Amino acid sequence: MKLKALGALLLSAALVTVAGCGAAQDSKGGSKGQSAGLVTDVGGLNDESFNQNAWAGLQKAGKEMDFNVKALESKRDDEYIPNLTKFAREKRTITWGMGFKIQNALEKVSNQFKDQHFAIVDTDMGGKIPDNVAAVTFKEEEGSFLMGVIAGSMTKTNKVGFIGGITSPLIKKFESGYRAGVKAANPKAEVKVVYAESFTDSAKGRALASSLYNGGTDIIYHAAGGVGKGLFNEVKTRKQGKYWAIGVDMDQSKLAPDHTLSSMVKRVDVAVYDMMKKVKDDKFPGGEQVQIGLKDNGVGYADTTKEHVPAKVLKKVDDFKQQIIDGKIKVPANENELKKFKP
Amino acid sequence: MINSLTDILATTILYMTPLLLTAMGGLFSERSGVVNIGLEGLMTIGAFTAVITTLETHNPWLGLIAAMIAGMLFSIPHAVASITFKADQVVSGVAINFLALGVAVYLVKALYEGAGQTPDVQEVLRKMPIPGLEKIPVIGPALFDVFPTTYLAFIIVFIGYFVLYRTPFGMRLRAVGEHPQAAETMGVNVYRMRYTGVIISGALAGLGGASLSIAIGSQFSESTIAGQGFIALAALIFGKWHPFGALGASAFFGFAVALALKGQLIGLTNYVPSEALSMLPYILTILALAGFVGRAEAPAAIGKPFETGGR
Repeated sequence: MKLKALGALLLSAALVTVAGCGAAQDSKGGSKGQSAGLVTDVGGLNDESFNQNAWAGLQKAGKEMDFNVKALESKRDDEYIPNLTKFAREKRTITWGMGFKIQNALEKVSNQFKDQHFAIVDTDMGGKIPDNVAAVTFKEEEGSFLMGVIAGSMTKTNKVGFIGGITSPLIKKFESGYRAGVKAANPKAEVKVVYAESFTDSAKGRALASSLYNGGTDIIYHAAGGVGKGLFNEVKTRKQGKYWAIGVDMDQSKLAPDHTLSSMVKRVDVAVYDMMKKVKDDKFPGGEQVQIGLKDNGVGYADTTKEHVPAKVLKKVDDFKQQIIDGKIKVPANENELKKFKP
Repeated sequence: MINSLTDILATTILYMTPLLLTAMGGLFSERSGVVNIGLEGLMTIGAFTAVITTLETHNPWLGLIAAMIAGMLFSIPHAVASITFKADQVVSGVAINFLALGVAVYLVKALYEGAGQTPDVQEVLRKMPIPGLEKIPVIGPALFDVFPTTYLAFIIVFIGYFVLYRTPFGMRLRAVGEHPQAAETMGVNVYRMRYTGVIISGALAGLGGASLSIAIGSQFSESTIAGQGFIALAALIFGKWHPFGALGASAFFGFAVALALKGQLIGLTNYVPSEALSMLPYILTILALAGFVGRAEAPAAIGKPFETGGR
């Protein structure tokens, strides 16, 4: 009896695994042998964020530069290795791994297929980037700084909030940049920082947002993935023009059009496209960390920002943006740099 | 300070609602003698059905009803496997969990052009303040300005108690979970009672899932239900398979989450890492289970398939 039950469990687990690997999206083109693959993290291709953006950039590159491009969606963390391996076996010119969760898998697979090129987004792989891997990271702190300027300039209560996902160096970049931006625009404003320790629990996001708003915070910026949906769900039920949310990764204003001040957009599509150009020109930056920021148009604010942010504030934002591009302001990317930061 | 209390209470209520609904579902199944590990999957299917129904009909109340029906339908395979075919109830429940997630995620992809999540529901259930009561200081805004699903959950606790302990149906259901042979001798149809118990659990777990997807949240993705079904199961055991126990246990868990979140806001994170604070609800639950609750008394015949005429 026990054995039977165990057998059934193993069998169903095996079935689920096999079934999970199948999902793929293909896009024809590129017969001359150049090809690229993209492995998503668990968010999937239509996550309205990161993965979707990257896929858009890769498809554009495929069309314009004649690459055969294909994507595999990972439904669980244990599918990263099989998916990456599949592309490597197909001898694709370059295989993309999306997100820092995929880092360990990419490390292993790139070590097995030393002749293939790989690229990973959002992690510097702990500083040890293999020769056949390029690591693309964003200067999220620069984009977040601009969000801080907007929040600092527009708060009426002099209290603004930040909701982070899981405490990590990556999310600390958002937090540090944002806090520096608030400080630069409005030294009197206080920033309330909370972490949900999750990227998916939107109920927690809603509870945190509600507590922050009840405590007198009027503008909240999030860098918390799915947790952030809770922020938008909460702000939507509050008085328009008094409570605001600021989105992240892509323009999130459609989640709460009347309550969204701005979004810090990460142009993953630009990053992927630029890298594909380098691959095409045979200038693949293997072993290097490619950082893209305001200067490269890799981060910035969403186009819809002008809808609720007055021109005067936008001008201030653009001034700061120029100063950052010119190198006059060095935006802090972690706690220590933030302590030393003087606007 | 007063504000903080209201806040903690409000978060507690927000968090406990889906758990309470689902735990009440589990109660009916397990009191009839059928273990229901599948609560997580039933919540998933409820959350999914509620969202697509509301997207199509623009009526969240229809969404709630559809979620209950979907939960009932999805619990039937579990009932057939574990009652009629006497399969291992744990294995069958686990299968429900896999199946529900697979079906829901597949259908989302099929319906919305390969998307990993549904579009946003605009007509979500909004908080319904009860005039007058919501003005009571401290508890008013937290208890009487909440989602309709929360009122429903509390009502269901009392109905559940009444049905299980004050009606012939409830007595029979519990008898079947304690000593099915004796119940059968007295002319109770054990199979029918158990089927009913499992199907009610499907309806309530479906409702629990819906409360997350169209009241607290506004869409469905594979991470909408991420472990809440198992926490509800824990709350059921923690609450000693009793409606008020389930209420207390759900409230306790919600309260622990609220404390952890509030701890961050008042600056506890300067002394304790926020990761550690986030563990608080789970640690408190384990401590409470181990220390203060005493032995949990499961229904005597739980998990045992019933054979007519057996002993």
